Amino acid sequence: MSLSPFLLVACSFLLLAFLLLIIPVLRSNQKHLIFAGSALMMLSALAAVAAGIWTVSSGAMSRVILPLGLPDLPFHIRLDRLSGFFLVVIGLLSSFVSIYSLGYLKGYLGLRPVTSLVAFSALFLGGMFLVVLADDAFIFLVAWEMMAASSYFLVLFEDERIENRRAAFLYLIVAHVGAISILLSFGVMAGLATDFKGFGGYAFDAMRETALPAGWATTAFLLAFAGFSAKAGVVPLHVWLPEAHPVAPSNVSALMSGVMLKTAIYGIVRVVFDLIGDFPWWWGALVLVFGLVSAVMGVLYALMQHDLKRLLAYHSVENIGIILIGIGLAMIFTSFDMSLLAALALIAGLFHTLNHALFKGLLFMGAGAVLHATHERNMEEMGGLIRFMPWTAALFLAGCVSISALPPFNGFVSEWLTYQAFLLSPSLPSPLLNLLIPLGAALLALTSALAAACFVKAFGVTFLGSRRGRHHGIIHEVDWSMRTGMLLAALSCLGLGVMPTLVIKWMDPLAEELAGGTIAASASGFGWMWLTPIAAERASYSAPIAFLGVLAVVIITYVVLHARPGAIHRVPLWDCGFEKVTDRMQYTATSFAMPLRRIFGYLFSIKENVHHYPPASHPAFPERLHYHLRVRDRFWMWLYQPVVDASFWLSRRIGRMQHGRIQVYLIYSFVTILVLLIFSR
Amino acid sequence: MNIHPLIVEITQIAVLLVAAPLFTGWVKMVKCWFQGRTSPSLFQPYRDIRKLLAKDVTLAENASWIFRFTPYLVFGVSIMAGGIIPILSMDLPLSATADVIALVALFAIARFFTALAGMDIGTAFGGMGSSREMTIASLAEPAMLMAVFAVSLVSRSTSLSQMALVVSQGHAMLRPSLVFALLAFILIALAETGRVPVDNPATHLELTMIHEAMILEYSGRHLALIEWASMMKLFLFTTLGIASFFPWGIARNDDLVAVLAAIPVLLFKLGIVGVGLVLIETGLAKMRIFRITEFLGSAFLFATLGMLSFFMLE
Repeated sequence: MSLSPFLLVACSFLLLAFLLLIIPVLRSNQKHLIFAGSALMMLSALAAVAAGIWTVSSGAMSRVILPLGLPDLPFHIRLDRLSGFFLVVIGLLSSFVSIYSLGYLKGYLGLRPVTSLVAFSALFLGGMFLVVLADDAFIFLVAWEMMAASSYFLVLFEDERIENRRAAFLYLIVAHVGAISILLSFGVMAGLATDFKGFGGYAFDAMRETALPAGWATTAFLLAFAGFSAKAGVVPLHVWLPEAHPVAPSNVSALMSGVMLKTAIYGIVRVVFDLIGDFPWWWGALVLVFGLVSAVMGVLYALMQHDLKRLLAYHSVENIGIILIGIGLAMIFTSFDMSLLAALALIAGLFHTLNHALFKGLLFMGAGAVLHATHERNMEEMGGLIRFMPWTAALFLAGCVSISALPPFNGFVSEWLTYQAFLLSPSLPSPLLNLLIPLGAALLALTSALAAACFVKAFGVTFLGSRRGRHHGIIHEVDWSMRTGMLLAALSCLGLGVMPTLVIKWMDPLAEELAGGTIAASASGFGWMWLTPIAAERASYSAPIAFLGVLAVVIITYVVLHARPGAIHRVPLWDCGFEKVTDRMQYTATSFAMPLRRIFGYLFSIKENVHHYPPASHPAFPERLHYHLRVRDRFWMWLYQPVVDASFWLSRRIGRMQHGRIQVYLIYSFVTILVLLIFSR
Repeated sequence: MNIHPLIVEITQIAVLLVAAPLFTGWVKMVKCWFQGRTSPSLFQPYRDIRKLLAKDVTLAENASWIFRFTPYLVFGVSIMAGGIIPILSMDLPLSATADVIALVALFAIARFFTALAGMDIGTAFGGMGSSREMTIASLAEPAMLMAVFAVSLVSRSTSLSQMALVVSQGHAMLRPSLVFALLAFILIALAETGRVPVDNPATHLELTMIHEAMILEYSGRHLALIEWASMMKLFLFTTLGIASFFPWGIARNDDLVAVLAAIPVLLFKLGIVGVGLVLIETGLAKMRIFRITEFLGSAFLFATLGMLSFFMLE
């Protein structure tokens, strides 16, 4: 049997299965368990990456029917370009996170056993791989549930804390509501594929071949979009995300935020472009609008946070929004048969999917390193960490620059491509879209500028300045494995940012398969150094030249200015002649975001209280002030609180039937049987 | 006679380095005339830079490498941007390095690091400056993109050379979309370069400063680089406006005569822009920080009107 992508994928699953098998044996020796878990998961992820890269570039499609599942309903597995691309997205970050986990999990040694964490991580990874390989609705949903359930247990890992249990429960509910919606969508497509006779329609092949009537197609799309949105954290279905991601162990948060959300993106692309295939333009507009709302609301909520991991979780909402913007534009262009532009927009969206996985993984790993060293998630207690953790600081900074869409890192390239897709929208034949779509570009610009502001805050408050917290414990840099994991992710961010043409060339066949257009010839028409998405006269960007150019000037200036031996005097901080400057005089995360909180305040529900303690003799001379600020998600109050209230109301009503008296329950049973007898005569 | 494109590129960067302080000096001089004060010499900015370069650096004890790296990065980005914008010629080897969106992002990375440097020392002023600068930048960005959008509709391109070429080839007719885009661009440029009414480059008053608050702790050669870079930023935004809206006189190829002729034309335009800038700065008072929302909101509105008028009228 010769080496093929499919064989590599099989190896990947076998490695995970092997890990699950040896876990009971290694339970007693936690150190070996952590090592075996990290090593096997890394190998498994790398095998998947290799398979994915190979499949996307060669286009070889492999499919297999597993003799598993229910009688007459075997599992279908298919490895095509789209699955291959997502295997790369999932595998690449997972392999970095596995290296990182080696050090991170050692932090739990002696505190609590990590057996469940390793086992569920392996199941989680396997579930994600299986989701993108599934070729029928049955195994897709099995894999989807496997992924959801194992991540539920991962969120619940530190279950002694009430907020973790609450977050995990909320996550479980939203995940299942989403899963029901996806199930219904597949039901519609599978049912129509066989005219509601027999079960043969559950295979994706049958759905592909069926042209759905417009009304049913729309129903299927809306159900699928709603279901996948719940997983991806699209506003307004995002509330579970900032609850669940921060409380999970940081290596799990990195995987959940970095790659689990991407399986939902995969689902949307698979259903829309592959299974349904033919759609009206307003589907794209719908995706675009939800993308824009998620992007802007995500970043605005992120700005209001002072919990580092919660802030990052809200940024996932933002970035999922940006990805959906690309996909929405691609759908609009496809529906007008503009395949070239559709390919551009789709590549922008998918490229951002890959980029977001890398930089969000990196940032969560960085946040985990900070948590590991300081045991603190609240940014208001941090500050000055760059002096204790120089490596973590520099690598976290690379992530900040990437996510803020600044050159030369990767986040910029995909957002730049999205802007180009926006700028080409005037060629659409619909005047309404011509006028409205550019406003979307402005919202995207607002989003990326706000993201930059947010990450100046996140990095500045966490790593710069001096320590704000009361507990001045000893902080030291994290160990080599955590640094290596972060370093590899940071290098990939830089690599993808400097060499975008190579990645786009690699991804191009995928776009051609889905959107029917190819931009490889024009995108790298001037060699690998120049990225020219449509034509050189239209727009061009050369990351290598910009990067090396600025670097050269920086080095030359540094050398020239240091030719003269000029001294640097280190002196204490200038305090303007007053008494000593204290650490508490620094800007905090809350004060940094204050101008933006005031400008966009109407989008949040803000409660601000100032108390004078004790009541001052004169208002001009307060003795102590107590400032309390609470910023809440409006969507929670608008959308979720009513549902929560209604379900409590309903359960209280139903609860009245429960008296705890056996006679009453017997009467219930008797009445039920009577009713059934009457109706089923 | 054609000259090597690299020579044009180097000439252009040299012009940037030399003319940027001169332009700042000119603006200061005209401002003094308008306000009835005796002006410093036109060459005062050069003397300031030379003095700062000769001084030792006084650095706070807790300053990290970010604080020391930022001046070099900001300077490097300015030089790179100077190689991209068609200041003297539209046919530059570097002009394809970045289109106008990528150029704005280059300035954004300089701002990102300046804001970080402001927070590095841990003083209240630094954080205040960073917070305000990033707030204003976030509001300016959508307006900037809409202005770019309106201009790119005319030239069907976001490449700066192409935009300049199309506008300079067109008839000198009044395109409403370009007029609105120009208005928006002026407002944005005032905000981005930190001029009155958004920020006052001459102030060191606690409550009003934005950019100055971030760089308050700098000294010696670091301050020289930052000051020089902010002079270049003003110069670059001016030339960006000239290239997009008034590109006449910029050489279209590497012809020696055309490139040489572009220099006096550039100086002439800069002189006029300087006077215009002074008129705005002396005519307006600095705004309260929360009024800037309206200021940049109107910039956004102008740019959107520019786009709409393109679709409706052109």
